[in-house]
Amino acid sequence: MKKVIISLIMMFGIISSTSFAGTLVINTDTSDAAPKEAFEYIIKKFEEENPDVTVKWNVFDHEGYKQSIRNFLNTDPPDVANWYAGNRMLPFVRAGLFEDVSDIWKDSGWVDGNLSENMEHAKKSMTIGGKQWGIPYTYYQWGVYYRKDLFTANGISVPTTWDDFVAACATLKAAGITPITIGSKYLWTTAGVFDYLNLRTNGYEFHMDLTLGKVPYTDPKVQAVFDKWDELVKPGYFLENHAALSWQEALTPMVNGEAAMYVMGNFAVAPLKEAGLRDSNLGFFQFPEITPGIPMAEEAPTDTVHIPSKAKNKTDAKRFLIFMSRADVQEEINKILGQLPINKNSKVKKGDPFLAAGLNMLNNAYAMAQFYDRDAPAQMASEGMKGFQEYMSNPDRRQKILERLEKVRQRVYK
Amino acid sequence: MFPTPIHQRPIVNQYIYKIFLPISLIIWLIPIFGILMTSIRGLGDITAGNMWGTPSEFLLFSNLHDVFTNTPMIKYTLNSFKVTIPTMLGAVALSCMTGFALANYKFRTNLIIFFIFIAGNFVPFQILMIPVRDLTFKIGLYNTITGLVLFHVAFQTGFCTLFMRNFIKALPQELIEAARMDGASEFRIFWKIILPLTRPAIAALCVLIFTFIWNDYFWATVLIQGDHAMPITAGLKSLNGQWITAYHLLSTGSIVAAIPPVIMFFLMQKHFIAGLTLGATKG
Amino acid sequence: MELNNSKSKRITWWQRNQVKISPWIFLAPGLIFFSIYVIAPIFVSIGISFYQWDGLSPSMYVGLQNYIELLDDEYFYISLWNNLKWLIFFMLAVPIGLGLAIFLNQIVFGIRLIKSLFFFPFVISQVVIGLIFTWFYQPNYGVIAPFLNLIGLEGFSILANENTATYGIIFAGLYPQIAYCLILYLTGLNNINPEQIEAGRMDGAKGFHLFWNIVLPQLRHATFLAVVVTVIGALRSFDMVAIMTQGGPYGYSNVLAYYMFEQALSEYGYRMGYGSAIATVLFTIMMFYILFFIYRMYRNEREDNN
Repeated sequence: MKKVIISLIMMFGIISSTSFAGTLVINTDTSDAAPKEAFEYIIKKFEEENPDVTVKWNVFDHEGYKQSIRNFLNTDPPDVANWYAGNRMLPFVRAGLFEDVSDIWKDSGWVDGNLSENMEHAKKSMTIGGKQWGIPYTYYQWGVYYRKDLFTANGISVPTTWDDFVAACATLKAAGITPITIGSKYLWTTAGVFDYLNLRTNGYEFHMDLTLGKVPYTDPKVQAVFDKWDELVKPGYFLENHAALSWQEALTPMVNGEAAMYVMGNFAVAPLKEAGLRDSNLGFFQFPEITPGIPMAEEAPTDTVHIPSKAKNKTDAKRFLIFMSRADVQEEINKILGQLPINKNSKVKKGDPFLAAGLNMLNNAYAMAQFYDRDAPAQMASEGMKGFQEYMSNPDRRQKILERLEKVRQRVYK
Repeated sequence: MFPTPIHQRPIVNQYIYKIFLPISLIIWLIPIFGILMTSIRGLGDITAGNMWGTPSEFLLFSNLHDVFTNTPMIKYTLNSFKVTIPTMLGAVALSCMTGFALANYKFRTNLIIFFIFIAGNFVPFQILMIPVRDLTFKIGLYNTITGLVLFHVAFQTGFCTLFMRNFIKALPQELIEAARMDGASEFRIFWKIILPLTRPAIAALCVLIFTFIWNDYFWATVLIQGDHAMPITAGLKSLNGQWITAYHLLSTGSIVAAIPPVIMFFLMQKHFIAGLTLGATKG
Repeated sequence: MELNNSKSKRITWWQRNQVKISPWIFLAPGLIFFSIYVIAPIFVSIGISFYQWDGLSPSMYVGLQNYIELLDDEYFYISLWNNLKWLIFFMLAVPIGLGLAIFLNQIVFGIRLIKSLFFFPFVISQVVIGLIFTWFYQPNYGVIAPFLNLIGLEGFSILANENTATYGIIFAGLYPQIAYCLILYLTGLNNINPEQIEAGRMDGAKGFHLFWNIVLPQLRHATFLAVVVTVIGALRSFDMVAIMTQGGPYGYSNVLAYYMFEQALSEYGYRMGYGSAIATVLFTIMMFYILFFIYRMYRNEREDNN
């Protein structure tokens, strides 16, 4: 009986897959306005260029997608799915659910010329076990967003060293302004601060070693990061009550001029401007140097497209991935997204000082980190971020927290 | 009667009571007033911190319009009905039969089966979560309304059986015995004698199940991902993520989500209370 | 003749056995469904708790490892401790419900409407209650912010403080739970035997004495039910935590029900084995109450039959 059912399902599967030949199923998490518009545009363009292919596009809720993808990759695989670079794709690669697309990266015969050459800088974050598992199409910078007018009013110039940065905080605090706003209710914002402190104190290599589980959390170098963090937390330079607020709610004090800085990703610009800030009073600067001489690596999370290994229409899926890697396509997507293209031949949207600053910073970056919750495995990331939040509320519990994280590290990377 | 009826008390006490009654009601309903008041405000009042003062504008309809046109609220509401009503019918139908079987027949495993139904009804959801989710996957019903309904029907059968069995057991046995003497088949007894007598129990169960399932959040998050099948509780939670500080919309949405069970409650209050307290008088 | 005979024989077989067979026919659909979706999963979950499994890769048998890890997991103890707080403070719903019931058990103008208005928070979804109270507690912009400012707690966030978060959630949870207990007790008071009360009054029993010795014993079924539903509600406290704090700040308002979900199914979780181990612990705690409940039902059944 079971066999009959299975063969029925298989027959049905064959029938349905043949009847859908030329259909490309794409699943994305682009439920927010701009990403949705970008994909609408890109799918239309792809269909125009490839009239023999019909795209069936399923949009998932951005948050729900993180769960759904685990399911649909196994049970109802599309031909293309979007996801994130770095360790975040490791569970899927390890479980054999993503297709190896190294051939796309190697082959130089595609329309756009040599992929490896134009996107070399992003190749590392797409590589696991010497193979590439997807194509990146957009990224954005992290750094410090600040109120220019508050800086001017208090005689502060953009800090480039740690001492200047701490001094700026002290001046602002004395003037009754919260130096740095942050909303840590959903935890991840704390990781942005941690990543930068670690990248600047110990450098990119150490940060990668830590997120790959090679160094203990009780290492003196990690302690050094928290020593720096102490310099901000203990005098109360971060927004009080941060644990009660989401990242968006924490924008309000900055809009109202009650807080001056926010360590954030470039996606914060849109809501800040919507709330009334202008290029004239909103600025961006690179996270300042801490240990002199350490090459400056940046935080630049990358979004990617992949082919599930159980996809039915891999031929057209590859065409779509190659299409997504093209300079002109990435240029268009990122114009809509307000983010940066990966392909070096793409032009960046003109007249946006934040994107220009970001591009300039990232082009000169020593290396790029993906963000703590993408570089570290999920379980480590979740415990880590909980620990960061607890530390920011209770800096004197540092030792206990680090010991707990070390315990988690030993379990997770076993 | 306990306590002493108030009209047998001194006149002063009567007045004090009559003053305290509405005051306590108002205190009790403060949370409800809070959202009602906020649902008619605009964003201006909220950012200005005007929570309890007179609203500067009356914007209930504009808020309702916002909620219904800019969000999948209508879809969520429809989904909730699509989950709730079949569950209600399914669980009541199954439990009429199980309740009848357990109340009416003597067999060795009767009590054991009855207790299994009761125990299952009280089990923490978490111990079912992973296997139920897996099972729903395997039969291809993950992320569908049918998948959610099947689980709800099965789970609610536990509570409904407890309820139905006790109700049927309290019915006069003579009716059934007399019918049996007349040679009526067991199915005929069930269909012609028991079912008509259980009408009040069925009504009570329907109201209760409607409320339970409408308000379910846990299983909706475990078994549903996309907007297409998401019921209103889970939908409201996901909208909460988008609205952030738009408390006026949040309040309006909350009211929309609360209205169906509240209407159901006021219309069917007698049955509702009878259902909830069946065990309070006996058991 | 022959044919007729066999037919009548068959009828008698059915007649003879229909009382034996019918219950199983009536039971089958419900019992099968219930077994597949409720009974079997309990055992499957307990089984999974001995494995390490991320839901994607093949699972691996690890014996008691998950339980050993639980014993050394700070968040597990915090959750367990919070569950205890829930059990204790959620119980307030029972005496408050009783007090309100006595207060409302009068016949005055409009009392029926007033009673209904007291009941109806019970039918509102916990999601809605959770959202309302979260917003109430919001520092600066929340509804109680003006009151907090008055007592000098400007900008204090109840849900973001590790010492107050759990109590904030329990308080919100009490709102519908009190209504529930109120319904149970009002019905209980309705069914009280007036003669006993009168007899008590004749004997000079008054006030608290009358309540404690004569009324309360008669309310014991209502009390029993109120305690049971409140205990179950306290241990099931998932919705409120999920809506109001997600267990935060840093896991300090977590409870076992939510911690299990977080470990097994949230964005960073997918530790099915570990989640199952937590669920098994929760199930074991709940089992005490379930067995207690069933024991009482069993006693009643025996009394009924004698």
